[in-house]
Amino acid sequence: MLHVLAQQAEGELEAGLTAVGRGIVYGGAAIGPGIGIGLVVGNAISAMARQPEAAGMVRTTMFLGIAFTEALALFGFVLAFIISG
Amino acid sequence: MILGLEFPPISHVVEWPTLFGGGAFGVNKVVLFMWISVGLVFALFFVAGRKRALVPTGAQNVAESTVEFVQDQIVLQTMGPEGLGYTPFLITLFTFVFTCNIWGLIPGVQMPVNARIALPVFMALVVYVIYHAAGIRHQGPIKYLKSIMFLPGVPWPMYILLTPIELVTKFITQPLSLAVRLFANMLAGHLLLVSFAVITQALVASTIIGGALPLALLIFLSAFELLVAFLQAYIFTILAAVYIADAMHPAH
Repeated sequence: MLHVLAQQAEGELEAGLTAVGRGIVYGGAAIGPGIGIGLVVGNAISAMARQPEAAGMVRTTMFLGIAFTEALALFGFVLAFIISG
Repeated sequence: MILGLEFPPISHVVEWPTLFGGGAFGVNKVVLFMWISVGLVFALFFVAGRKRALVPTGAQNVAESTVEFVQDQIVLQTMGPEGLGYTPFLITLFTFVFTCNIWGLIPGVQMPVNARIALPVFMALVVYVIYHAAGIRHQGPIKYLKSIMFLPGVPWPMYILLTPIELVTKFITQPLSLAVRLFANMLAGHLLLVSFAVITQALVASTIIGGALPLALLIFLSAFELLVAFLQAYIFTILAAVYIADAMHPAH
């Protein structure tokens, strides 16, 4: 029984591990930027609510902050595709 | 095969057969629409600039609001009045990136040109050359390199840590992330739309009602992608402006 279960096609293990690795790479890369973007946008909103006249300036800086933070998640996204079995 | 759905492999979604030409110079759909984007951007500003009416109409309206947007929201916000010399470059960059992105939503085309990394890398290299050139022109080569390597107002032992980080940031990470950010965002959006289109098609084939939910989501995501296409063009341009401004005036 165990012998039959342990049987696998050629390269099946590698393909499976590659898929798992891709998932871990993207999932791991998304954690930090997720928190970071939340902080950036949250603080930008409270800044805009406190001082609506500065909203334009805050928005520009907010997009810059998002762009810098998001880059890390996107590196993970691209790396997930680059990994091949 | 996931849940009985046949998802196309990624190479089928972003790779297109060569239309004409061959070898390294073969032209496929992506290259073709890049050329069309170049033509469209050129035509917009050519037509708008040829007859300058006091009360703008049509193309002149579009061109003027684009120029105003880039000038007020990007150049003046990041570089101040002395960066106005870079406005034409940034306007071209913004319009071209946006036109290339928007092809992902045009029915019948549905392939953002920037979802292949070649064009983002090329544009990032152009920005890379320009911001270093701006730094060298405004500060001189030695002073510019010094301003990158030694941030003012930092106790000297910190330089052991900070100088390598700053050098890697300015010469490798900044251009790399500029290219990858645009590319990955457009690719992710494209894959998202493809996935929902596949799900919709599979569900409509089995039950019409079951297909309604993914279809509604597909329409919503298309609207979201329109926002992303604009936002990525904006972010690409504003980061180029920030890098140039940083090179012109060292960190303070």
